[in-house]
This record gives sequence, C-alpha cells and structure tokens, in this order.
Amino acid sequence: MDGFYGVCLHFTINGQPVEVEVDTRTSLLDLLREQLQLFGTKKGCDQGACGACTVLVDGERINSCLALAVQYQNRAVVTIEGLGGQGSRHPLQEAFVAKDGFQCGYCTPGQICSALGMVDEVARGVPSRVTEDLAAEMMMLNHDEIRERMSGNLCRCGAYNGIVDAIRETFADGRAEHPKREVA
Amino acid sequence: MTPFRYEAACDTQGAVALGSVLGAKYLGGGTNLVDLMRETIERPDILVDVSGLAGEITEGDEGGLIIGAGVKNTALAADRRVRERFPLLAQAILSGASGQIRNMATVGGNIMQRTRCLYFFDDAVRCNKREPGTGCDAIDGFTRNHAILGASPACVATHPSDMCVALAALGAIVTVEGPDGVRALPIMDFHRSPGETPHIETNLQPGELITAVELPPLPAATKSVYRKVGDRASYAFALVSVAATMTLDGDRIKDVRIALGGVAHKPWRAVKAEATLRDGLATEEAFQAAASAALTEAKPLRDNGFKVELARRTLVAVLGQLAGAAQ
Repeated sequence: MDGFYGVCLHFTINGQPVEVEVDTRTSLLDLLREQLQLFGTKKGCDQGACGACTVLVDGERINSCLALAVQYQNRAVVTIEGLGGQGSRHPLQEAFVAKDGFQCGYCTPGQICSALGMVDEVARGVPSRVTEDLAAEMMMLNHDEIRERMSGNLCRCGAYNGIVDAIRETFADGRAEHPKREVA
Repeated sequence: MTPFRYEAACDTQGAVALGSVLGAKYLGGGTNLVDLMRETIERPDILVDVSGLAGEITEGDEGGLIIGAGVKNTALAADRRVRERFPLLAQAILSGASGQIRNMATVGGNIMQRTRCLYFFDDAVRCNKREPGTGCDAIDGFTRNHAILGASPACVATHPSDMCVALAALGAIVTVEGPDGVRALPIMDFHRSPGETPHIETNLQPGELITAVELPPLPAATKSVYRKVGDRASYAFALVSVAATMTLDGDRIKDVRIALGGVAHKPWRAVKAEATLRDGLATEEAFQAAASAALTEAKPLRDNGFKVELARRTLVAVLGQLAGAAQ
C-alpha cells in the first residue's frame, strides 16, 4: 500500500509545548529520537521486552516503543532530558553514579524514568506480585519490591545490585529496614 | 508497519460505527497490537482508539464488580475492591508483564491479546493462525511453550493472558456491543478452541467491541488464589498457571472453581476436576484425584510433557493452599 496518513499533534515534552507532524505509524520513541532529537531515550528491543525506552506520560511510566505517538497527543511526556535542573542532576541520577548503577549506560535513562514512575506507584499504594498483604494500605519499598517492580527494565551489563541500591538510597525511608534481605 | 488511518472514538456507538468498517481494528493500550503491526502480522487500514472509553470500575450486584474495558491493568490490580474481594484477579494481573506494560494495557485488550507462539510471529514459517490453511510448523517444531489441552492438528498455540485465567475461575461475563446491539458472553464462551479455524480466536461478531467485564460476587468465605509458574518469576509468560476459588463447609468442599493457564488455546476451566471435588472432603488424596481428572485428556507434544506434571503439582499445591487458608 502506498502513501501514509499524516497528523499534526501537540504534546508537552519536558515542560515545553511541541507541535509536530507525524505519520500515524510513528511510535512515541521514534518521535522523540528521530523528529525531536531527544536521544536520551533509548531503543533496545523495540518490542516491549527490555524497558530501555521507558518514559513518563502524565507521571506514569510506559514503554515508548509500543506507544503510537498519535495515541498520546495532548499528554505531558517527560524523558531523561527533563529530569534534574539547569546543569544539575536529579538525585536519582547522582545515586546511580555513586552506587555504580550502570556500566555501559544504555539502559540507564529507561531505568531512571522507570524508577521514578515506580516510586510514584508505590506511593499511590499499587501492589506488586511480591507484596505480602495485597490489601495493605501502605506499600514498602524494600529490596524485593524494588527488584520485582523494576523487572521490566533489563540491564545486560548486570548492574542490578547497583540499580537497586541507588533506588533505595534515594527513596526508601528507613534504609536499614531489611538488612537481611539486602544480603540475600 | 502498513499505513493506517487513526480515529479516536468519543463514545461506544461511534467506536462501533468506525470499527464495523472492513479493515478496521480496535486499539486499546497497543502493547500487543502495535508490536504485531510492526511485524506486519496485523495490517489494519483503520485503527479505532477505544482506550479513552469505559475507564471506570463500578459496583455490580451484591458485591460484584463491573469493570470498564478501558480500565488499565494497573488500575484494576490496584483497586481496593478487587484486592479485597477478588484477590486472585489482582494476583493474576500483577504476575504478568511489567509495570510499564500494565500501565498501558487495557482490560479489553488483555482479553483480545494474541498468542506469543513464535511460529505465529515468524513469517518465514507456516502458521494457520497467521495465514489460514498454510499448515503449522510449530507442531513438529520446538513445542516447549505450547498447548497440552484442547489443541488441534491445525494449531497448538496457547493463550497468553494471566488475567483471563482468573476471570475463567470467577465465571466473569464479558459485555460486548456491536452493530446489532449489546450482548453478554460468559468468559468461557468468549475464546474458541482452535479446531480447523485457529485464526478465529473469539466468538465476537464483526465490529463487536468489548465494553465491560462483570465479576459475579464471590462469597466472603470463599478463598481464591492465582499461582503462576514460568521460566522467570517476573516478566515471563506462564508455562502453567492455576486460578482457583474454594468454599469450605467444615472440612467439606461446598464449591470449587479451577482454571488453568498456559496449557490451551483459551483459558481452560477444569470442570471434571471441580466435579470430583464438589461435596467431598478437602484432603490431599482428593486434590491428587482432581488433578488427575483435570489432566486425563492432556496430549503433550515432543517438548512439553513436563507441563502435565507441572500442572498436576501446581494444582494440588493451590488446592492445598486454599483448603489451609479456609480452615
């Protein structure tokens, strides 16, 4: 089939209004990288299996590779470029450096955006597969919970321990709460 | 991906009018459909976005719930009423996919998702589901993830959903709306066995759209659980899963419902196993007999014989867990 369907879309990306014309087939990931030159968000598998493309839409983490840009018009998108301030890093970015939360760095933007969405889910009381009491009001952000909730982000360098440490360091209240699990 | 026109539906009637056009497809969260479109396995001319419709969970009759088809998987699993009244449903959803995907995926889309059989995804091999009548290269291929129950010589694929297995045990009712009006389909009548036509996966008529899923009430004394076994604990499809509910009267089983996942072309309700248990004593022997009844018709392929034993053991363990929790 020849031709394509173009649509003019509006977004707020990292706080800035953006008008852009896209082919309906364009993923949010390709829009960010190929049309808006926001190269921080990475393309890993391009099929929802690795999490490298994770961005925040209205504060919720999604895989931008599986998102058709047209479906997300008028929404607020935050990518790794939108974190931190002018010339300064987000505390979670600092913690990734301090805790060796990466080696090659390719999965890191996705890990960080995912972690921010994840922490918000915990604060809203969204349970996980490893939550012992499904009906609990308050969710814990311990080692097992972080590992489970971050399972949609793969790191082929295997920096998982550093990633979990960085997230705990930044967000977990009462850091020594589950010292035994830390070892296990 | 082939070119398509995108239309965001404003209401159900508008969606059905657009969706009844030949070549149209409904779009929920896109986590499965967009992937299949990228592989050109799905080639819709028009994509009708229904993700903005039916996003509420409301009270049904006597403690039941009515879940809008557009409710996101995360929102469903996080809903307090679901967590308290239908814990197996929350467990099933949380055991599937990743946080990101659950934020995107809708309830209607979860029900409509297609098999993850690798032969279905690979256009270099034959697949009756992808290209009807061409044959199935999976049957004599690598069949570790394939069906042991209800398969046919035309197709041995499994249904990938965790949520649907819980819905099967709960006896959920799927509400659909199409050009000819609204109708209700019990979840067990929604998906089809492969037979000769594995490309026809549901009993939906052309243009019909899932609008809601109704959960009948589960008595407060009824215990429920979803247990999934996969290659990884997290973010992997089920090799075998069991969803079950049990109501005890002393040590006698008043009611039990069992559904298996990862073993068939559709969520598999183990009716024979339920019948052997109902009104009997909740004992290990009874659970073993029920598991045997559930699997007497199992026909494993070359690489998935382990699923028969895995399903047997998982079912016995789940029944034991439910009996223990109820006492």
